[in-house]
Amino acid sequence: MISTTEQLQSHLENFSEFTKHAAGRDLGWLRKLREDAFARFCEVGFPTTRDEDWRFTNVAAIAKSVFHLATKSGATPEKSALADQRIIPDSSCRLVFVNGHFAAELSSMGKLPTGVEVNSLALQIQKDPAAVERHLGRYLNIQRDAFSALNTAFAEDGAYIHIARRTVLESPIHLLFVSNGISSAQSPLMMHPRNLIVAEAESEATIVEDYISLDDSVSFCNTATELIAGDGAIVSHYMLERENRQAFNISTLRMQQGRSANVASHSVLLGGGLVRNNVHPVLAGEGGECLINGLFAGTGEQHLDNYMLVEHASPHCGSRQFYNGILNDHAHGVFHGRIIVHKDAQKTDAKQTNRNLLLSDDARIDTKPQLEIYADDVKCTHGATIGQIDEVALFYLRSRGIDEASSRKLLLSAFAGECLDRMKQGAARSYVEKLIDESLSAFLLSSGNASNELLSKDRELSWEEVG
Amino acid sequence: MSLLEIKNLHASVDGHEILKGIDLTINAGEVHSIMGPNGSGKSTLAQVLSRHETYTVTQGQVLYNGKDLLEMKPEEAACEGIFLAFQYPVEIPGIGNAYFLRSALNAIRKYKGEDEMDAMDFLPMFREKLKLLEMDDKLMSRSVNEGFSGGEKKRNEILQMAVLEPKLAILDETDSGLDIDALKIVAKGVNALRTPDRAMLVVTHYQRLLNYIVPDFVHVLVDGRIVRSGGKELALELEEKGYVFETEARQAMLA
Repeated sequence: MISTTEQLQSHLENFSEFTKHAAGRDLGWLRKLREDAFARFCEVGFPTTRDEDWRFTNVAAIAKSVFHLATKSGATPEKSALADQRIIPDSSCRLVFVNGHFAAELSSMGKLPTGVEVNSLALQIQKDPAAVERHLGRYLNIQRDAFSALNTAFAEDGAYIHIARRTVLESPIHLLFVSNGISSAQSPLMMHPRNLIVAEAESEATIVEDYISLDDSVSFCNTATELIAGDGAIVSHYMLERENRQAFNISTLRMQQGRSANVASHSVLLGGGLVRNNVHPVLAGEGGECLINGLFAGTGEQHLDNYMLVEHASPHCGSRQFYNGILNDHAHGVFHGRIIVHKDAQKTDAKQTNRNLLLSDDARIDTKPQLEIYADDVKCTHGATIGQIDEVALFYLRSRGIDEASSRKLLLSAFAGECLDRMKQGAARSYVEKLIDESLSAFLLSSGNASNELLSKDRELSWEEVG
Repeated sequence: MSLLEIKNLHASVDGHEILKGIDLTINAGEVHSIMGPNGSGKSTLAQVLSRHETYTVTQGQVLYNGKDLLEMKPEEAACEGIFLAFQYPVEIPGIGNAYFLRSALNAIRKYKGEDEMDAMDFLPMFREKLKLLEMDDKLMSRSVNEGFSGGEKKRNEILQMAVLEPKLAILDETDSGLDIDALKIVAKGVNALRTPDRAMLVVTHYQRLLNYIVPDFVHVLVDGRIVRSGGKELALELEEKGYVFETEARQAMLA
């Protein structure tokens, strides 16, 4: 544990080292972007639980540790280390990032149709800085969030994806982020992947961000994605967190939607120790649709926090939030669903639902809706439920010959299935389905003794508000 | 050897005794009916036999196929061939009907050491059973019992029974809430399953069902005990005189 001054000192050392070697260090605009962001970070520091947006999540463990910024020359694992990782069949390409840096030798670029450009952000900054400058840092708000500021200060590598107007990319783009701390000398590694996804008007694409660890070492991954969906664009985005139980993972997805754009954000949190999943769509054009769908499943001491900030900035937009949580052992889940309806966003239709299953007495969920409505002709509803495994359903399944463990898994899968059902059929969904299935099987192994505590009557908390 | 032998069965829930000494023997091929007023313990008996954990057996013995049934978990009892058609079938969102039923069938087959059935083999058999129960196969792609009408749920129970082919089928008030057409379909499904090696225990409050599923034996359950047993005529007599008669007779006997 270190003092605040030492904290800043360690980040300052990382930053000054970074600015000497970072891609695009000669670009004035990029240098300014990074410096401003770092200054902002130094100004506010890491949030504490006194901060309303961080009430249920204590990041002191991150704030008080010294992290070493992962470099490109660090450990690149052998190709064989990724051999037992599932791949998305028929993905259009797979980009692998090791500790935040693009690893060309592990990636396969596949055959992309004309109009689809996929690159590492660091390479793109060198190749076509103007294309990056048009969007990078324009949407992610470094003022309101210290982690976004920190990410922007260290913004260098990640994925750059550009889908040209009216281009339809049917197979998903797979971005695999690997934390690999094996060769890190003393202090744990931190990394700040930055992704820029631009889907021009009327284009279609599916992007999967997939975070894994290759070992048990502590790491701090602070990732940010700016996703710009042009008028009429249709984009599905997946955020899959499956790192080890030591990992700190803070992710921010900032979506900017144009007129009639239709964006789906699917977050599936299965791994990680301390996880914060920020999803921040801004419906900036009329008639936009946004689906914010998620599943978080925690065991042991996992802390899984989901912070949604849905901004309706234009009339006739619809947003749908559905998050399901399954928590066992001492796991702690958070769902914070904030909806802001701006003054001109008449005819907004916003809905938010958070459903939770608590499988043990010590599991905990904090769920909090927050509506801020400045328009007068809108429909906003929200609701949350907390319950246990349905014992009546469990007996029904068992009375048909299915053993208890399998019956429990069936019920958990059914609950998780609500999240899967909201994903479009296709390669990405099948991939996620397999990951969830494996995770729930492991889930039950750790929960064998929790069953007796489940006989207590369902506690249900539900509220609905229409305004 | 009898298929089911219940000896002096006592069961309670939350310290409250509901079954107060049941003796009943059922042989393969027989259909027994248990009748009785509300709260007499009919459903408790059905649930104890299907091994619901809410009930504590405080005394007595139940031999099923020569094995100690009271030692079995619900899934073991099911795999050994006991099937309970629920009075209130449970809705389970998110689990498809057909998928559920195939999982159950395969769990039982696996228990018996048989090969699991793949979807290709399952489907034609399943379709045939659907036809027997006059059920729309659209229902089968839906979640278990979700959005089913009362009649559809009851038919779904018998459909499950037809697929799982139990040795001892326990029907818990399967007739309640059914109109006469649905009742006939359910009875047709049940009767199609009457074979010399299968026994049935039909729990009902009303005699009506027994016009369609004709029992070999009728037992009257009052206050946790069987107070009278007889042939199918007994059901008609009860219908005429009502349970009050039996209750009074029993009280007179005790007095």
